[in-house]
Amino acid sequence: MASDRIFGLVVLFVALGYIASATQIQTSFLADPVGPKAFPILIGAVAALCALVMIVKPDPDPDWPSLATFGALAITIIVLVAYAYALKPLGFIIPTAITAGILSYQISNRPLPSVYSGVGLSVGLFLLFDKVLDLGLFAFPKGWIG
Amino acid sequence: MEILNNLALGFSVALSPYTLMLAVAGCFLGTIIGALPGLGPSNGVAILIPITFSLGLDATAALVLMTSVYYGAMYGGRISSILLNIPGDEPALMTTLDGYPMAKQGRAGDALVLSGVSSFVGAFLATVGLVILAPMLARVAYLFGPAEYFALYLLAFCTLGGMASNNQAKAALASCIGLGIAMIGVDNSSGLPRLTYGNMHLMDGIDFLVAIVGLFAIAEVFFFIESHGKKSSIGVVLDKVRIPWKDIFDTKWTMLRASGVGFVAGILPGAGASLGSFLAYMTEKSIAGKDGGFGTGAPKGVAAPEAGNNAAAGGALVPMLTLGVPGSGTTAVLLALLMTLNITPGPTLFTDRPEVVWGLIASLLIANVVLLLMNVPMVKIFVKILMVPPWVLLPGVTMISFVGIYSLSGSYFDLLLMILFGVLGYALRKLDIPTVPVILGILLGGNMENALRRAMVLSDGDPMYLWSTPISIGLWVAAVLGFVAPMFLRGILKKPAAVKD
Repeated sequence: MASDRIFGLVVLFVALGYIASATQIQTSFLADPVGPKAFPILIGAVAALCALVMIVKPDPDPDWPSLATFGALAITIIVLVAYAYALKPLGFIIPTAITAGILSYQISNRPLPSVYSGVGLSVGLFLLFDKVLDLGLFAFPKGWIG
Repeated sequence: MEILNNLALGFSVALSPYTLMLAVAGCFLGTIIGALPGLGPSNGVAILIPITFSLGLDATAALVLMTSVYYGAMYGGRISSILLNIPGDEPALMTTLDGYPMAKQGRAGDALVLSGVSSFVGAFLATVGLVILAPMLARVAYLFGPAEYFALYLLAFCTLGGMASNNQAKAALASCIGLGIAMIGVDNSSGLPRLTYGNMHLMDGIDFLVAIVGLFAIAEVFFFIESHGKKSSIGVVLDKVRIPWKDIFDTKWTMLRASGVGFVAGILPGAGASLGSFLAYMTEKSIAGKDGGFGTGAPKGVAAPEAGNNAAAGGALVPMLTLGVPGSGTTAVLLALLMTLNITPGPTLFTDRPEVVWGLIASLLIANVVLLLMNVPMVKIFVKILMVPPWVLLPGVTMISFVGIYSLSGSYFDLLLMILFGVLGYALRKLDIPTVPVILGILLGGNMENALRRAMVLSDGDPMYLWSTPISIGLWVAAVLGFVAPMFLRGILKKPAAVKD
């Protein structure tokens, strides 16, 4: 019950914000009868209506995971965001090995196999992407090798 | 005769040694993707699109490769359904109902071969249906003006939403999320930015590939972390694989009927493969009656959903190719592939680029034969691949997703967006909000708005123009029915629950 209501409330606010920003869209002098504002406003209105229905008539709650699992998911997200920033400056191999290892540990909870799969995936995928598929990745930070 | 000429053109494109090699590689890869729990046709094809794009394959080669992966994944999905009782994707759920009990009786090999043959029959008949029906529908589609297209897009959202969810409001909300995201970026009629909040990265809009990979692949990783990979216990051991001629012969009418049912279900915009396998199974169950033994490992219960599922996958290509409206999650991903390759599906595709359409159809037929030949003798190899533990597989999927998206644009912004979509996909699926309408919204939002605006330009702002022709009125009626009817049918058509151990 509560989950749907909370989500509905969030969606309602986002939809209202969306409509508010849609009214600020600049119109050009070449306006057609509908213009660039109407369709986004319509979508926002339908979304807000759906959100209201969710608040009034919520479904039963899903099985939310434990707080520890939420922690693990939060760590995963942080690691993935860090990986997104690291990929360019640090090259492919090292960030990938670390990220894959951490993800692997999150699923299996066993340290040693996670290290193996992190390193194995990193090197294996690098060989696949760079040598076989020729996607042109950098293995290491540019300063390391010529 | 025209059809034969067209097919000859298609095969001349698709039968070169290079494309044949791509077809075989795609089928192999696709079967693995379908078989691995947690990777289905939608997310499998999704993570491969950016990589295919970066490889710089030409349109035909890329299409051949990806349709082979698509069909292969439809084939492969049955392996984990039968052996592990884990459907690789939603349509494969119906295969678990009789496939897993059959495997527990020691007939895993029979079930795998039988389902492979029925997949072939379903997919083959659907491709024949596609060959006959698609050019006819393409001719009808010439009558469609902007008002009809607007109604058609609405129909797709309504039926997909109506079928995909247990709650109409949630399905409609999912469509709105997708449509709302599609509005971000430069407006193509006025050339002015919309809803970008001054962010340069958002000027080009949000790439649908980023959204698809995030919603499908990254969200899946979060689900595996939540369950700690517990879903992947190995259920049944496969020993000898023989060809069960008797079962195949006994189920021939079942396969034919199920293919017909599945094909029709697949053509309906928005309905797709899940409905196809569901209806095919339920039809056969009621024909067989109480003595049919459905749910306890009946061969017919394996053949029906597999034929229906694969026929629906072929049927779903009819509206996708002729009208540009996909019928299911996976065809939505294939539409994304076509749009990445700068091919606009629609009636003009059949006259402007016949080599693409008929090359695609020929490669479907080739992929189908390759898959049958590959699946019967090599099923043991695919079963071995099932043993890849999730703690290697899921990090691998993540890394492939990152590299794919990164190689598209080389910007970390898209990667961050992809993670955001992964989080969104996790939350939506937790709350039982379907994610396929989100994808469809992002893919079709721009077209839908353009159709509305062009219709209003033609009518000088008179909204009644939207209901001015019989075709558009029919589509509107179907859209309302497709959205409302499932609310009442839900009590009657109850989906059977998965078999418990």
